[in-house]
Amino acid sequence: MLGTYFTFTELLLWIPLVTGLIAFFIKDSRKVKTFAILSALATLVVSIIALTFSDVANHPEYGVYHNVSYVWMPYIGSSFSVGMDGMGFLLTFLTSLSYPLIFASTWKNEYKNAHSFYGLMLLSQAGIMGVFVAYDALLFYFFWELALIPIYFLCSKWGEEKRIQATFKFFIYTFLSSLLMLVGIIFVYLHTPAYAPDSAHSFSLMAFYNAVLEPGQQQWLFWLFFAAFAVKIPIFPLHTWQPGVYEQGNYPSVMVLSAIMVKMGVFGMIRWMIPIFPAASESYADIVIVLSIIGIVYASAIALVQNDLKRFIAWTSIAHLGLMGAGIFVRNESGLQGVILEMFNHGVNILALWIIVDIIEKKTGVRKIKELSGLAVKSPSLAIFLVIIAFANIGLPLTNSFVSEFLMFNGLFQYNKIFAVVAVSGIILSSAYMLRMVQYLFFGTPNELSEKVGPISGLQKIVLGVIILFVIGLGVYPEPVFNLTQNFVSDILARVGG
Amino acid sequence: MNAIILTAIWGVVMMFGGVFFKKTSTPKYWAIAGVILILAANILEFFGTPLFNIDTRGMLKFDQYTLHFNTIVFSCTLLYFLLNGRDVEKVGPHVSEYFSLMFFVLCGAAISVSYNTLLLLFLGIEIMSIPLYILTGSTKQNLKGNEAALKYFLMGAFSTGILLMGIALIYGGNSLGSFYIDAINIGTGSMPVLIGAGIVLLIVGMSFKVSAAPFHFWAPDVYDGAPPVISSFMMTIVKIAAFVAFVKLFQTSFGSIHGEWKMLVIIITAATLFIGNITAVFQQSVKRMLAYSSISHAGFMMFALFALNSTAWEGLILYAAGYSIATIGLFAIIVKMSDYSLDGFRGLGKTHPALGITATIFLLSLTGIPLTVGFTGKFYVLLAAVKTGQHLWLVIFAVICAAIGAVYYFRVIQSIYFKEPVEGVNVGLNYSTAFKYLLFITAALIILFGIAPGLIIDWIYY
Repeated sequence: MLGTYFTFTELLLWIPLVTGLIAFFIKDSRKVKTFAILSALATLVVSIIALTFSDVANHPEYGVYHNVSYVWMPYIGSSFSVGMDGMGFLLTFLTSLSYPLIFASTWKNEYKNAHSFYGLMLLSQAGIMGVFVAYDALLFYFFWELALIPIYFLCSKWGEEKRIQATFKFFIYTFLSSLLMLVGIIFVYLHTPAYAPDSAHSFSLMAFYNAVLEPGQQQWLFWLFFAAFAVKIPIFPLHTWQPGVYEQGNYPSVMVLSAIMVKMGVFGMIRWMIPIFPAASESYADIVIVLSIIGIVYASAIALVQNDLKRFIAWTSIAHLGLMGAGIFVRNESGLQGVILEMFNHGVNILALWIIVDIIEKKTGVRKIKELSGLAVKSPSLAIFLVIIAFANIGLPLTNSFVSEFLMFNGLFQYNKIFAVVAVSGIILSSAYMLRMVQYLFFGTPNELSEKVGPISGLQKIVLGVIILFVIGLGVYPEPVFNLTQNFVSDILARVGG
Repeated sequence: MNAIILTAIWGVVMMFGGVFFKKTSTPKYWAIAGVILILAANILEFFGTPLFNIDTRGMLKFDQYTLHFNTIVFSCTLLYFLLNGRDVEKVGPHVSEYFSLMFFVLCGAAISVSYNTLLLLFLGIEIMSIPLYILTGSTKQNLKGNEAALKYFLMGAFSTGILLMGIALIYGGNSLGSFYIDAINIGTGSMPVLIGAGIVLLIVGMSFKVSAAPFHFWAPDVYDGAPPVISSFMMTIVKIAAFVAFVKLFQTSFGSIHGEWKMLVIIITAATLFIGNITAVFQQSVKRMLAYSSISHAGFMMFALFALNSTAWEGLILYAAGYSIATIGLFAIIVKMSDYSLDGFRGLGKTHPALGITATIFLLSLTGIPLTVGFTGKFYVLLAAVKTGQHLWLVIFAVICAAIGAVYYFRVIQSIYFKEPVEGVNVGLNYSTAFKYLLFITAALIILFGIAPGLIIDWIYY
C-alpha cells in the first residue's frame, strides 16, 4: 500500500492542507483547537515514521516511499514531483515538530474567529511542507508563494496595532523578490535539456542542475534568485521588514515565521541556487559572506541595546541567520553541514524563546526588558528553561548550537581566516546580549510585575521539556543528523565543485 | 459564421422583444437563452458542424484560434449575464435594448476576431464600438455618464479615423493592392514608406481601442463614468476581443518584419505598465482603481505582441480569460455595493462573508498569486517574452509593476478583512442565494484554471 497508493511526502502535504480547509468550517473554538492539534500530531507521527525509512542510501527500496511524480502540465515540462532527501527529511521534521509545540504552548490563547486562525495555520504548514519537498521548479514557486499567503492573513488579522502596515511591507518585499526569482526560473527553464517527449524543456530539479548556462548569464541570474532567498532569510540589507513583523504579529504566526519560514530562504539557497549557478556562487561568495557578516555584527549590536523583547528576538534571529548565510557560501563540507544542522537547531531554540516571551507577556502584560526584574524568584522553572535556551543560543558546549556553529566557523575559517575572526565576534556579542536579557529579566530584585508570574502550566513545561531534550540531545549526540544529511551535502558539494 | 449571424439575429430579436416583454425581468432570461444558444452553435462549429455556409470570399476566416476565442468570449458573456442580469435591469427603463446592444457588441467582437481583410477588421471594430457609446451613456440623468459617453465617442471616432488612415496607407503601399491580411504579408526586403506610416497609424489606432498608454486617457473616465455593469462588460469582453484583433493583424501581416516595429510596441508596453500601475495606487475609489488596473493588464497582454510566438498566443488567451473572469466577478460584487470606495469594502469579510471571500479570490487572481488563473496567465506571457531572448529588462520591469499592482489590490483585501466595518455601509445589500453560489462557482473556476491551465490552452491545438 505504502509507496503504491500514497507516500510519506504526500501525506505530509495533504494532511495539513485538507485538515486546514476543514478547520474553516468548525465554528466552535474549542473543537477547532483540538482538531488542529490532532492534525498537527498526525503530521508529526507521519514524519517520525518517515524518518525511520530515511536510510535510502543503504536501502534503495525506501526511495519509493518518499519520491513521487505525477503528470501536471506536460506541455511545458512541469510535473507534480515531490520527495525528500537528507535536508528535506530534517526540515519536514522540523516543520511537523514545530506545529504541535506551537499549538500546545498557546493552548490557552483565545482568538476571535478561531476557525479561520487554525485553518490558516494549517494551510501555512501545507505551504511550507510543499517548499521543502518540491522537486519541480514551478511547483516550488507555487508553494513558495502559497506559504506566504496564509501567513500574510494571520499576521494582518491577529496582532498588535500596527500589524497591517508591518505585514504589508513584508508581503511586498517577498512578493517582488519572488517575482524576480520567477523571471530567473523561466530563464533557466529555457536553457534546460528536455526530459520528457512532450516538451523541449523541463522544470524538474535535475533538469535545472543540468541547465546549460554560460558564466555570464549566471552572474545576473544569481542575483534574481538571491533577492528572493535573501529577503526571506533575511540577509543584510534586506532585513528591514523583520523586526516590525515580529513585533506586531501574534505569537503563533511569528513562531512559524521565525522557526520555519526563514529557513525556507536558507533551504532555497542550498537546493535551488548554489548548485544551479556554481560559477556565480563562486564569484559572488565574498560579497554575500561580507554582507552576512555585516548582518551578524550589526544585528547583534542592535540586540544589545534593544528594550522590546519581541524586537530583541528578531535581531538575534537576523544575527544567527547571517551566520548561516555565510556558512552556505563557504561551500565546503564543514560549513554546509553546519548550516543544515543549525537550521534545525535555530528552529527549536527560537521557538523556545518565543514560548518563554509569550508566557512572560501573558502573565505580566509587559515585554520591555528593563521593566521586568527578578522573575526567577517567582518562577524558578521558567528561569531554568530560559537559561538553558539562552546558553543554546549563545552556543555553549553541550547545547545543540555549539556543534552547528562550530562547524560553520570551521568552514568559514577554512575559507578565509579574516572573515572567520570577524564573524566570531558575533558569538561574543551574542553572549553579551543574551546574558544581559537573562540578567534583567530573571535576576535582580522582584518588582510588582514579577508578582504576577506564577508557576507555568504543565503543558508548557512539557513543550519546553521536549525542546530542551532536543537542545541537549543534539548537543551531545548530533550524529543522527549527520548520517541523515551526509549524502545530500556531498551531492551538493559535487555540483558546486567545492 | 454561426456566431456572427446568430448574435446579429438575437440582437434584433431582443430589440423588438422590448415591445412585447411586459415585465422588466423577462429580457434577462431571453438574453441568457440567446447566449447559451450562440455558445452551443459556436461549439458545434468548433467541432466541424457549421450551421450556415456562406461564401465570404475569404474575407472572414474561421480557424480553431478564432472559434476557440469566440467560445471564451461567449462563456464570459454567459457568466456576465448570469451574475449581472438583474443589475442591467437597474440601469434604466430600456432593459431589452441594453441587452440587444450587447448582442451587437458580441457580433462586432466575433467579426473582429475572425476577419481576414482590413475592411472587416474596421467593420468589426466599429460594430463593437458604436453600441458601446450608447451603453456608456445609458443613464441619461447621470452627468458623469453623459460626459463619459461623449468623451468615449469623440475619442473613439478619432481613433477610428487614425485606424482607417492606417488601413488606407497599407492598402496603397503593398504591391498587391490588397486588403487581405494574409496577402499583405510584408517581406523582409526594403519597406515602403507608406507601409511604415501605415503600421504606425495602425498601432496607434489599435492602442486606443485596447487602452494602451499613451492612448489610454479616455479609459479611466469612461470606465468610471459608465454604469458599473457596463464598465465590467467593456473592460473584459470588449477589450480582449480588441486585443485578439490587434495581435492577429500584426502576426499575419507584419510578423516577418517584427523587428521594424517592435521598439514601438516595447515603448507602449512599458508606458502602459508604468502608468496603469502607478496611477492605480493613488485611487480611493475601487471602481476607478480597477479602471487603471485594467490599463496595466493591457500592458501585460501587450507582451503577446512583443513576443509574437506560439507561447504568446497561449498566454494571451489564458490571460484574457483569467482577467475577464476575475474582473466580471469582482464587478458583480461592486455593483451590489452602495459605496465604491475603499471604505465601502471595510469589514465586508465580516458582514458578508461570501462576498468577502470571493472578492479576495478575484483580487488574488488579478494580483497573480499562484493557484489562480491570474498567475498562470502572467506566467505564460512572461515565458513567451523571455523566450524571445531579447529585452529582458522589459520582463523585469513588468514584474516590478506586478508587485506595485499587489499594493492596490491588497489594500482592498485589507479593507475587507482587517478593518472594522463602517456604520451604515453595506447593510442592505440585496443579493440572492443563487448569486452567492454563482460567485463561488466563478471563484472555483479561477482556481481550477489556475491549477490546470491546459483546460483552456489545449483547445488551441485541437
